Amino acid sequence: MISNTVLLPECDPAAVANGLKIRDSCREVSDGKIVLNDGTLNITTPWVDDLLAVRDTRDEAAFIRVFQHFGPRVKAFLMRTGMDAALAEECAQEVLVTVWNKAHLYDATRASPSTWIFTIARNKKIDVLRKQRRPEPEDLPWGPEAEPDQADLIGLQQESEQLGRALRDLPQKQRELIEQAYFGDLSHSEIAERTGLPLGTIKSRIRLALERLRHQMK
Amino acid sequence: MNAMTIKHHLPDELLMAYSAGELSEAVNLIVATHISLCDDCRAALGSYDAVGGAVLDTCESAPMSGDSLASVLKLIHTRDDDAPEQEIRVPETDGILPAPLRDYVKGGLDSVRWRSAGMGVKHAILPTSKDATARLLYIPAGTAIPDHSHNGLELTLVLQGAFQDEDGYFGRGDVEVASEDLHHTPVADISEDCICLAVTDAPLRFKGLMPRIAQPFIGI
Repeated sequence: MISNTVLLPECDPAAVANGLKIRDSCREVSDGKIVLNDGTLNITTPWVDDLLAVRDTRDEAAFIRVFQHFGPRVKAFLMRTGMDAALAEECAQEVLVTVWNKAHLYDATRASPSTWIFTIARNKKIDVLRKQRRPEPEDLPWGPEAEPDQADLIGLQQESEQLGRALRDLPQKQRELIEQAYFGDLSHSEIAERTGLPLGTIKSRIRLALERLRHQMK
Repeated sequence: MNAMTIKHHLPDELLMAYSAGELSEAVNLIVATHISLCDDCRAALGSYDAVGGAVLDTCESAPMSGDSLASVLKLIHTRDDDAPEQEIRVPETDGILPAPLRDYVKGGLDSVRWRSAGMGVKHAILPTSKDATARLLYIPAGTAIPDHSHNGLELTLVLQGAFQDEDGYFGRGDVEVASEDLHHTPVADISEDCICLAVTDAPLRFKGLMPRIAQPFIGI
């Protein structure tokens, strides 16, 4: 089985383009632009389609594309949280195995692929570094499930894309503060030592960076 | 659910740190319990998770080792024979303890192993890691907790009834964030016995993010 699998080079443009297709209710025209059945034009984030293919048809080629894209990012994330390269490699593999095993829980109207995989990687970090489980909020009582709404799905994925762009567009210092808060690689007081900024200032700068993110989302 | 009635929410730093996975277990527990009751904070958490996803997406990458994909494929092949694992669900709701708490109590309110703390007040420490403490408190209706101050941070979430102190009125779902400088005398509302989840953090975690260690609610 493994030998039959075509290994895609990382960042294969075809794979990225494939991630832009949303099945069934829309068709791709060009450059990742999507025409919905209602005729509106839309662009969505990559990897949604691959993750849905993993979920719905256990599509291994799609899984490999997800692996090629997210594996190295999850590994880098885990290394920044304090794992050495060998442990981060092992954990990143386990995170991707979880992506496969828990794909049935992925809901594209509630999280982008990056967000969903981030939460799995974060839980792995807590499990391994803190040897703790993480209490999760009670699931919402959704009631009888309506068919997932394509408009919701695309709205959510577009917002995620916007958020990514907004984060990339932040001034470098602000972006680094947010990254450090998520990686946990520096406590705020260590940031203070390094930057010479008092804690209150750092907290308000993080808040400012988040505000700016929110503003750019509008 | 109770979003319309909840007035006292979790501070942003806590929601963000919960999303980042930077809190100790007891604090995670109170955050998860509040979110179970509060749609506003659930939505805010969703956006912090999305920021986490964007951070994951924009950060640099570290190449996986050469045999990485082969090992992962081998793992998914060996595990995929079974049907998708069923999520283990915690006991049915009793309308008081949200799911994350039922998980720690191993049941509903009647499974709580209370210990007396005097004046009719009871408490039960929940089994979390030692770097912070989570306890359930039972305060008879109308009872005042003697004036006490804190050495640091204490979070108190109301599950049943209500209490009032210098900071305001706290009903089901409300969280009080009491810091070092708050001297307060919480009084349980007369209408009903009050049940709360109280969490105090230890000095090692939270450094920077939040003030330091807190005394337990009743100063035990």
